[in-house]
Amino acid sequence: MAPEDGWQRVNKLSMLVQLVRLGFQAIIPAVFLLYSSASDAKNLSTVGPIIGAVAMLVIGAVGLSTWLNWYRLRYRVGDSDVKVEKGIISRQARSVPYDRIQDVSLEQKLVPRLLGLVQVKFETGAGGKDELALAYVSEAEGERLREVVRALVEGEQAAEPAAQEAEDAPIAAATPPGRTLFAMGPKRLFTYGLFNFSLVIFAVLLGAAQQFEFLLPFDLWDYIGSFFNNEAVNDAGTYLSSLDMFARIAAILYALGVVLVLGVSTGVVRTFVRDWEFLLERTAKGFRRRRGLLTKTDVVMPVHRVQALVVKTGWLRRRFGWHGLSFISLAQDSGSANHDVAPFAKMDEIAPIAAEAGFSLPDETEQWRRASPKYYTDKAMIVGAVVTLVAMGNIVFGNALAGLAIALLAAVLVLREYFLWNFDRHALDPAQVLSRRGWLAPRLQVASRVKLHSVEIAQGPLARLRGYCDLRFGMAGGSFSFDGLALDDARKLRAAVLDSIAEVDFAKLPR
Amino acid sequence: MDAEPLTKLDPAYTTVMRLEGALMLLPILAGTIALYVSSVLPIWVPGLLFLLIAAVLVIYLPMKRYRSRGYHISDDRLRVVKGVMFHADTVVPFSRVQHLDVEQNPLERMFGIARLILHTAGTHNSSVTLPGLVHADAVTMREEIRAHVKRESL
Repeated sequence: MAPEDGWQRVNKLSMLVQLVRLGFQAIIPAVFLLYSSASDAKNLSTVGPIIGAVAMLVIGAVGLSTWLNWYRLRYRVGDSDVKVEKGIISRQARSVPYDRIQDVSLEQKLVPRLLGLVQVKFETGAGGKDELALAYVSEAEGERLREVVRALVEGEQAAEPAAQEAEDAPIAAATPPGRTLFAMGPKRLFTYGLFNFSLVIFAVLLGAAQQFEFLLPFDLWDYIGSFFNNEAVNDAGTYLSSLDMFARIAAILYALGVVLVLGVSTGVVRTFVRDWEFLLERTAKGFRRRRGLLTKTDVVMPVHRVQALVVKTGWLRRRFGWHGLSFISLAQDSGSANHDVAPFAKMDEIAPIAAEAGFSLPDETEQWRRASPKYYTDKAMIVGAVVTLVAMGNIVFGNALAGLAIALLAAVLVLREYFLWNFDRHALDPAQVLSRRGWLAPRLQVASRVKLHSVEIAQGPLARLRGYCDLRFGMAGGSFSFDGLALDDARKLRAAVLDSIAEVDFAKLPR
Repeated sequence: MDAEPLTKLDPAYTTVMRLEGALMLLPILAGTIALYVSSVLPIWVPGLLFLLIAAVLVIYLPMKRYRSRGYHISDDRLRVVKGVMFHADTVVPFSRVQHLDVEQNPLERMFGIARLILHTAGTHNSSVTLPGLVHADAVTMREEIRAHVKRESL
């Protein structure tokens, strides 16, 4: 290919990646199909050649379309925009101007990584599928694209204030020295994994069983049923029921132990795969985060694009002082709107990162306010009434034990509202709005006042009757609301926030 | 700040809402006729039901809606109030407006009214709609806000 006019194709090896991916998708059903047809050995000799011919045809067609797809995909990094054209028959041409590109991120899944390829994503804030992505280019080309586009984006924005350090820029862009803000070693990851208890493995097994059941030569559920109806198991069952209480409890404990061990180890493995070599750096361009064992990602977030921060925790990990920090920004982070920047850290590690992003975490001097107690009273009454009705229904229809359990649940839910009233709070700084929600695992959200876009006071029928309301802020990339405030309080907050928004024009916001 | 008087919308907006309500009645009318013909219910029931629904959709709701809506425009922000059951009171500072629309559907065009839509970069409430303005007013407001946006960014 001759890149004289700037047009280029993606790396040839990406065809291989595509084929491997398609191959994997085809292999699993194929194996099942072969397995089930092989059980009728007589048919194999007649069906075999047909299957072979069809397979060759499919492989040929897939190969051709993969090549065509590669051949018809081209991109160009121009003076003012990035252009991508693709499509075999219906062509799609897309152009993204530099001043709309929020960031360029690189992602490496397992197979591309083995081949030294990366996927380049141009984040515009459109989110998800609408983002412009190039799959795949070589690592060096990816790095080059990122540097070029980033330098051009910076250039576009720096042009307005002053043409300062115009000659330094490319040099600085070449090797930005990163300062490590946060990193997680294997030890920290292991601790993190312990708290990531997950039973997803059971769901996966069950899902796989349902997905491929029709391909199995026997009926899976019948098989399981017959397994339990089996004499031996039956005997074991009668044996178990003849055991004394102690042995039964021991058996239940054993089963619970197995589930616990499986859940914890799943959590550890998942954490290792996702967050391996987690590294957060402060570079000249912003925050740079790298992580991943099989899929390696490399994301840069410009500091001024951080709209708000979220500090989360879990009910158990909180007892050990562990919290997680994430940023809300315009760009998306593999499906979720929040960027994890320190998923598992102590508060004194989180504070410097927050400060780096221009936010300050609340301290003792913070003027916390609480929401209207009426809001929680109403919620408690509604929840309590509904659940109590269910409990009464159960008792009336002779399910006394279940009824009592549900009644207990009702009491807990009502109690929870009381605690929520005690623990939910919000505050207004000179520069930021803060909210803390939750009882056992509170979630702290801090947003910059000038980066909000609109303020709404919303009331349902009940809220109007009782004089409270929800205060909702329009924020880019996320949602932010205070629920159940007293009306006067909400009005005061709104007036204060609006004044600070109106003072600064959107175009003058630090970009 | 909530003391400021809200500007009412154009009265023609009520008429438009009444007509929209009447259009919604058409499928209900078909159902009523079907009920009447099949005569599962006493003859007078379908007709009465229809009249009740018509009264709510054409007379009651548009009136309540019109009364609950209003706006206030000051030199740097627009406040939009709406909602009969679910009340919403939104303020958008002009400095956060990304772009503006003035829209009319055929019914609105017949009565010379329009909707002004303010788009911001926020995810929640990213567009705030103010319906029921006289078309000329909507255009003037758009120009005013646009001038403000332009002045601020210069």
